[in-house]
Amino acid sequence: MTAFVRNQWYVAAYAREVGRDLLARTILGEPLVLYRTTEGEPVALADRCVHRRYPLSESRLEGDTIVCGYHGFTYDKGGACVFVPGQTRIPRTARVASYPVVEQDSFIWVWIGDRDLADPALIPRAPWLDDSRYTVVCGMEPLAARYQLLVDNLMDLSHETYLHGGYIGTPEVADTPITTEVDEENAVIHVSRHMADAECPPFYAKSTGIQGRITRWQDIEYHPPCLYLLHSRIAPVGVLPNEDGTDPNGFHVEIVYAITPETENTTLDFWAVARDFALDDEEVTAFLAESNRTVVMQDVVALDLLEKVIANEPEGYQELSINIDTGALAARRILKRMVAESSAAASVRSSQAVPS
Amino acid sequence: MTSAGPPGGGAVYRIDWTPGTDVLDGACHCGARHLSEDPVELWEWLLAHPEGHHPPAGGEGA
Repeated sequence: MTAFVRNQWYVAAYAREVGRDLLARTILGEPLVLYRTTEGEPVALADRCVHRRYPLSESRLEGDTIVCGYHGFTYDKGGACVFVPGQTRIPRTARVASYPVVEQDSFIWVWIGDRDLADPALIPRAPWLDDSRYTVVCGMEPLAARYQLLVDNLMDLSHETYLHGGYIGTPEVADTPITTEVDEENAVIHVSRHMADAECPPFYAKSTGIQGRITRWQDIEYHPPCLYLLHSRIAPVGVLPNEDGTDPNGFHVEIVYAITPETENTTLDFWAVARDFALDDEEVTAFLAESNRTVVMQDVVALDLLEKVIANEPEGYQELSINIDTGALAARRILKRMVAESSAAASVRSSQAVPS
Repeated sequence: MTSAGPPGGGAVYRIDWTPGTDVLDGACHCGARHLSEDPVELWEWLLAHPEGHHPPAGGEGA
């Protein structure tokens, strides 16, 4: 049975990755080709020519159409075939699936599932990624691991002390209690840890210029299955937001991950760090980009290894959960429920990727 | 720029991890509370709502 949650929006690419070159991405096992029309509209089609399955991504754009590199079948942005070689009659079934696409918050979101259910209002937001009051560094690392391992990793930040010590981890992160809230109705999980007095890790000391100890708040907000937000607030010890909610003396970093399953055992790990301070400081930008990428790669190496281990474990292997796993367990349960719901819906429909 | 506030109403389950102890403090949206040292057991209790849940008299929310 699939481990994927269908009938969801997933991040397929950064907006800047999609242009007049054809981009191939596989999402939930479905190969897609992405491009922009001459008007700049993003398009996602199934990456398989209906003729002999040749990848359309290995072909070329002509205006707003894709001309298949093998025999020249030509498709418009809706996936309809508008030309076949050697004849005037275009077979009725000559079309490829087109996927609902929304460009928002610097991401290209694609709906995977029954397109009648695609509602852009369901897409969770990360507006700071496209806001002049923030400077953003971002990237994407391919993960040779199933997406559930990345969710486990991101829902428990106590591993920062061990896996990422010296970068973003300090001893207090593993020792500070957490509050976990599960909002069943909206399917959002919040995990918070607020450290009143902590050591300032190099990641933040260099970028904020704070010397001495800090008040450090970490608030995770996970919108399963794809969007993960980590609201991070740093300030000198004792400096708190104003009563009216403004926070001019706090430094804010918004960390965003989009967890997009590629196949059952590989994942696209989109990461972004947005900051509201030192906006034009290129040294800080370079430092944060380099540091965060190092942290992400530490996770990638560990999770790639863990995937190999798990793939070889006998059926029914046991895990042991402790208090730090409270948030991750909540995420696992909600994902399990979402998988079951989307599988039930899929079995009602006759076939997947029905041409539109 | 303010940090994220607490979530809105609706069915919210909450687990607080008491500082300095091994005890997890679980609260269901119905007001029932349960302590546990095992997060798996505590989630199972929370999600079994309303089975095994005894909200305090007066219907205090969590």
